[in-house]
Amino acid sequence: MNEVNTEKKRILSVENLTVEYLSNKEVVRAVNDVSFSLNYGETIGLVGETGAGKTTIARSIMGILPVPPARVKAGQIYLDGTELLSLPEEEFQKIRGKRISMIFQDPMTALNPIMRVGKQISEVIQTHEGVSVSDADERAKEVLKMVGISSDRFREYPHQFSGGMKQRVVIAIALACEPDLLIADEPTTALDVTIQAQVLDMISELQHKRNSAMILITHDFGVVAKSCDKVGVVYGGQIVEFGTKAQIFKNPLHPYTQGLFDAIPQLTTDLDRLKPIFGAPPDPTNMPSGCFFAARCPYAEQACRANQIPAYQDGEGHICRCLKYGSMNQTGEQMSGGNHGKLD
Amino acid sequence: MSDVEMSKVPNGIGVAETSEQKGKKRGSSTWSRFVRNKLSLIGFIILVIMVLVAILAPVLATYDYQAIDPINANQFPSAAHWFGTDNYGRDIWSRMVYGARYSLAIGISSQALALCIGIILGAIAGYLGGTVDNVILRCCDIFQSIPATLLAIVISQALGSGFFQTTLALSVSGIAIAVRMLRATMLTVRNQEFVEAARAIDCSSARIMFRHILPNSLSPMIITTSLGIGHMIMSSAGLSYLGLGIQEPAAEWGAMLALGKGYMRYYPFQVIIPGIAIALIVLAFNLIGDGLRDALDPKLKS
Amino acid sequence: MGNLIEVSHLKKYFSTPKGMNHAVDDVSFSIAEGKTMGVVGESGCGKSTLGRTLIHLLEPTEGKIMMDGEDITFVNRQKMHEIRRKAQIIFQDPYSSLNPRMTVEATIQEPMRLSNQFNKQLLKEETDNIMEIVGIDSRMRKAYPHELDGGRRQRVGIARALAMHPKFIVCDEPVSALDVSIQAQILNLLQDLQKKQNLTYMFVTHDMSVVRHISDDICVMYLGQLVESSPVKELFQVQLHPYTKALLSAIPSTDIDNQPQRIKLKGELTSPINPKPGCRFASRCPYVCARCEQPQVLEEVLPNHFVSCCRAKELGGFEA
Repeated sequence: MNEVNTEKKRILSVENLTVEYLSNKEVVRAVNDVSFSLNYGETIGLVGETGAGKTTIARSIMGILPVPPARVKAGQIYLDGTELLSLPEEEFQKIRGKRISMIFQDPMTALNPIMRVGKQISEVIQTHEGVSVSDADERAKEVLKMVGISSDRFREYPHQFSGGMKQRVVIAIALACEPDLLIADEPTTALDVTIQAQVLDMISELQHKRNSAMILITHDFGVVAKSCDKVGVVYGGQIVEFGTKAQIFKNPLHPYTQGLFDAIPQLTTDLDRLKPIFGAPPDPTNMPSGCFFAARCPYAEQACRANQIPAYQDGEGHICRCLKYGSMNQTGEQMSGGNHGKLD
Repeated sequence: MSDVEMSKVPNGIGVAETSEQKGKKRGSSTWSRFVRNKLSLIGFIILVIMVLVAILAPVLATYDYQAIDPINANQFPSAAHWFGTDNYGRDIWSRMVYGARYSLAIGISSQALALCIGIILGAIAGYLGGTVDNVILRCCDIFQSIPATLLAIVISQALGSGFFQTTLALSVSGIAIAVRMLRATMLTVRNQEFVEAARAIDCSSARIMFRHILPNSLSPMIITTSLGIGHMIMSSAGLSYLGLGIQEPAAEWGAMLALGKGYMRYYPFQVIIPGIAIALIVLAFNLIGDGLRDALDPKLKS
Repeated sequence: MGNLIEVSHLKKYFSTPKGMNHAVDDVSFSIAEGKTMGVVGESGCGKSTLGRTLIHLLEPTEGKIMMDGEDITFVNRQKMHEIRRKAQIIFQDPYSSLNPRMTVEATIQEPMRLSNQFNKQLLKEETDNIMEIVGIDSRMRKAYPHELDGGRRQRVGIARALAMHPKFIVCDEPVSALDVSIQAQILNLLQDLQKKQNLTYMFVTHDMSVVRHISDDICVMYLGQLVESSPVKELFQVQLHPYTKALLSAIPSTDIDNQPQRIKLKGELTSPINPKPGCRFASRCPYVCARCEQPQVLEEVLPNHFVSCCRAKELGGFEA
């Protein structure tokens, strides 16, 4: 896998991203020192529970953080070498929707209910490509066909579409300008399994056609197993473990990742009882000084609670923020913070 | 240790406390959100001052508010008469102070009456549904199709002037608004799962209505009430101005305005002072209403 | 052990402006006492309506429901009070299923107060007891729902359902709105309660791995009809109905080396309003034939394994 990756071209790298929300005189630490990178043609899955900070990461990349209350405290995001966070808004607008686009979770609210479906797609094309209305409409019809909707439905309104169809329209809007980077925030959570399978297949097909990269945010390990090349496990606004799909699923290192796998019922193996992770995620306004997972971790020791845990990396690019592997893995390189973006 | 107990133990420790703290934080945060909004705080302060003035009227008044003193008629504001005197030589400051009582009392009582009747009718409509619901709603339609002020004018014309008559006249137009508002909220609340849960545990439909649906439908009413009081005060002043509501010699701001209007060219303060007072108190209630909406909404969403 | 619930030819229709909505159409199954029946299907297949009809939150249109050997299809008010004590429901959304203006204690006590069987002392003891059973710390008794997290709210919902010691509980997607770590806690709790109190569950969900974990038997529904039912483990090995096959093949597996080969379906769910007689899956089915236009009959093809598809035997034969 690594050898393949080294030949691929880097599209995105996120370095030490730290985002806070200021609310009620409190500081909510939503994203803490997150780093990862992505190549053309790759899909990275970000998994984690509600409130782990996945969506905030996505919004930072997309440049749609609500500022204020949000504030990027530190970090850089590079898209093909261009730093995005320092980009003026007018410049960003040219990138957003054109080079990076986003699929939102809820298709019911992501579409304008009083605008024809086709127009919603062609509007995006018109804005970014500067083509004429009729050309944009033509292109929009093609995009609709691409997501499996007949172009006769161009003039219909969102309420005439079923949930799965609406999500396809949302995807069509996201893909209209052939973006190089697609961010999908729980794109199938609101859909039934058979429709979910259709949508996921369709997204990856289109992605392969263009060799574009994707960030897939989900809480469903099944979806990750099906669609992703690399996985980042997000907990308390940190990527606590990062690796290829095989590394994460066959050899999960971080106790949180292991805990998640133990907590889900499996389709193939029988378990008498599930093993829940007890306790609650850390309060983002009052983060512990040491490992964020220490309070719920069965292996936690004194040292875990003392200091921030660095990200350790083994020879194959499997990264884990856990002291257990830091001490075990003598040969492994200790990385300070999030330089694990530089995998190749 | 059985597994059930095991799952209980980690629950009890630590986590429970953070959750309780959060509860306290959130419980007080409606108030803190309200106070943080500068405008609503200003509104609240104005209201508190007005209420204090109304309560302490006998202390604050420097003259008998009804005492006629033709020699000192139409005096400009001075050290002796802070706000001057009116055409009959009555001290405007003292009349304003007593007038606060009328304005607040009428505004609050007519809105309260409208709210009471509105809630009862709205609850009956929502509870019984069907024909009763339809009849009540159509009546609301009729009342709402007549402009509120016109309705109040007609009713107070028929009932005559006076505190109770004015209160009644004003509240009629508020009833229909309260009924509709309550019914709309109740319909949303009725579809929530806890109402179904209440049916599942064998609650009677009366209990479901009054214990589960109604209490959860009242929050939007708080906002309407605050805005409504301001509206009622303005209408009452309007009625008095037209010679229909509370009348001379009672010290009602609207009536004072009506009296002063004849001498506006020479003694503008006789109009400006009650005018500002009315504007201030209505503004106060509107600011509070807006502040409440902002302060209550986030909680309603969660 | 006998059957606690027996349902035969149950129908629940809703009249809508567009026509009759056949939300539950001719469904028959039974649940043995102390067991869990999983009901799966996609949104709009009528699985929640079925659960609510069983416990009389909705009135059945036609058919027969037996509970504990008694016909409870159409009941008078007196009988209804009895059913309410015996049969309970746990809801999907722990946010909207609790009255925001009632404390934990008030919510749990309400069913007991309504029954008029408890004095003050007894009420308190019972509340403490139930809160301990479902794992809510007694310090939370005065807390309001918005002060609790999703998992704890769901525990309160379970406590309310348990308050009258029911025999049968309809669990309507009780873990779908919860994060995986909490989901595991609640599933464990439900299993423990079942063992201790010999509860019978009907577990409605769209999550196949959850249903496989918690159920003994499983029903698959499609547009108001029961298409297949069998012991749960068997269904994951042998699927007789083409829809069940497609449904199972669409679930992404966490086994990264063995992703299922998805059976692609044409089209989408049609509407259950005024459906044609015959198999409702026919328009999307890869094996459709002329006989599919006839009404389908639920047949026992393998022991305890029922399917309503005219080609099930034939297609199963190919596979064997």
